[in-house]
Amino acid sequence: MVRMKYLGKTVFRMLTLLIAVSILSFLLLEASPVDPLTAYIGTGSTLSAEAKEEISRHWGLDEPPMKRFAAWASNFIRGDWGESITYKKPVKTVIAERFKFSAALMLAAWIFSGILGYVLGILAAVRKGKLPDKLIKTFCLALQSAPTFWIGLLFLSLFSVKLGLFPIGLAAPMGKAAAEVTLGDRIYHMILPAFTLSVLGIGKITLYTRQKFIEILNREFILFARARGENTCQIILRHGIRNTLMPAVTVQFAAFSELFGGIALAETVFSYPGIGSALTEAGLGGDVPLLLGIAVCSAVFVFAGNLAANILYTVLEPRAGRYCEDR
Amino acid sequence: MEHEVNKSPVLMVEDLSVSFNMYQKGLRKNDLEVLHKLSLSVHAGEILAVAGSSGSGKSVLAHAVMGILPGNAGTEGRMFYNGQPFGEKEKRRLRGREIAFIPQSVEYLDPLMRVGKQVMGMRGTKERQKELFRKYRLAEDVERKYPFELSGGMARRVLIAAALMENVRLVVADEPTPGLDQRMAREALHDLREMADRGCAVLLITHDIDLAFREADRIAVFYAGTVVETAPAEDFLAGKDALRHPYSRAFLDALPQNEFRPVPGFQPYAGNLPKGCLFADRCQKKSALCEGEIPMRRVRGGEVRCIHAE
Repeated sequence: MVRMKYLGKTVFRMLTLLIAVSILSFLLLEASPVDPLTAYIGTGSTLSAEAKEEISRHWGLDEPPMKRFAAWASNFIRGDWGESITYKKPVKTVIAERFKFSAALMLAAWIFSGILGYVLGILAAVRKGKLPDKLIKTFCLALQSAPTFWIGLLFLSLFSVKLGLFPIGLAAPMGKAAAEVTLGDRIYHMILPAFTLSVLGIGKITLYTRQKFIEILNREFILFARARGENTCQIILRHGIRNTLMPAVTVQFAAFSELFGGIALAETVFSYPGIGSALTEAGLGGDVPLLLGIAVCSAVFVFAGNLAANILYTVLEPRAGRYCEDR
Repeated sequence: MEHEVNKSPVLMVEDLSVSFNMYQKGLRKNDLEVLHKLSLSVHAGEILAVAGSSGSGKSVLAHAVMGILPGNAGTEGRMFYNGQPFGEKEKRRLRGREIAFIPQSVEYLDPLMRVGKQVMGMRGTKERQKELFRKYRLAEDVERKYPFELSGGMARRVLIAAALMENVRLVVADEPTPGLDQRMAREALHDLREMADRGCAVLLITHDIDLAFREADRIAVFYAGTVVETAPAEDFLAGKDALRHPYSRAFLDALPQNEFRPVPGFQPYAGNLPKGCLFADRCQKKSALCEGEIPMRRVRGGEVRCIHAE
């Protein structure tokens, strides 16, 4: 019963969010200087004014915005997301193709930054005020303050250009047929962009874990654990992780949205063919259908991230779980 | 317990001072001495109650004995366990094995760990845990509960069960009664009595001197960070003339069932202590000699830190 109600509420919230996101994106595009017609035929077109007007009428561009939005929305719901001008393919296909790359990239960055950040956070908390803590804090603040694209360029010039350890860009070796690209190639090309992207999140999760861990270490039950003969290592494993893992995972899930913002920059710097670079291309090319499609998909993605955090919380946190059972 | 008292005490504390290194206003560091030259001893089979008003640093004594003071604390003085020096290393080895700590409240349990697992601790066995649960009337399903699901009385029994998981010789109980009603508080003390009767040495820290009279063998009166008098519990029941230190007498007078008369004045603040006798400012017998060094003396079967006692 409780679960059904929760599910219903969630679906309702998701729908309202999607409606709001699509309306907002549509209004923003409407207000922007992007002209679908010019984007389609190109600025140097020799088409006559009459022909342009005809296309305009055919597309319904002379209709009022409300009507156009309604037309787009009803098509969107029926599964017709339009044709991407930039890629000359249906928007759905473009997003599906590109999302695979981005998902792998984000997942790698997300897991890497989560694990590394959590471990660094614990290390800093346990050695609070000592050298390791100071080093880790400085490292985090530096990463937090540095822009993603700049870090990306830095990594490129150091690891790819100077040291030649990693490829300069793309998701597969250049000039290799798509069928011949191996998983190893894919991973090899993903390392640097994933690392750049994870840098975005490490600072946050580390500082959060550190703060939370210090808070836990000051609680009475840690004192009692020591009084019962547990050493620092046992305290971390038995009580520290138990009491901080859940909040840290939640924060990491909530960072999904930032990660999504980060891929636009990271992918552009590394010419990585994911959603982020598609978004940049679509923006530059005035590709309205693709922009709208990506906006809606990213809203779903971020919403799913936050939802996963909420569900995990009730599963792993006994107090919240018991509370729900009791209701 | 007379026959036990002659053996060497399980725990002996001599001239223990504890100070905290604190920041005061900006970057000025200051040592705040919270315990001053405190001496006491606990024998096997007895309960020594350390009684004093709240906020006078009694918990610091418990933490110092367990060796769980925070990093900014410094200690001086000597401690002995069964006649052997009892330093940080020995404490680390014996904590949770021969020495157990009974904390104040459920706050001392990990909120996210099931109770049964916590009672077992690092080295306990499932069988022993089940045995202790039966002994302390804890239902079978309590072991699967989380601390927030325990009632006050259950929490107290869980904490005692945790203390008895191992074969303990010394129990340090830090205010195990507050927040409990009269009946449960008496039950708690009764459980401690039972531990003592089985041969444990029990150091009970409490502000509830009333309850301490009933089950403790000896009472140490705690004042401004030190023990001013240690006397058999009978002396407290016999009335103030049987006591030796003017503060112990005033303390007894201040109890509701006696004259309920407060002692004029305040306990001196730890950062601003008088020289010599700490009680001198509030004492009617104060003389010039009270400003000198005041040793712990044996008087009429008890110990007292007062030069006028006889």
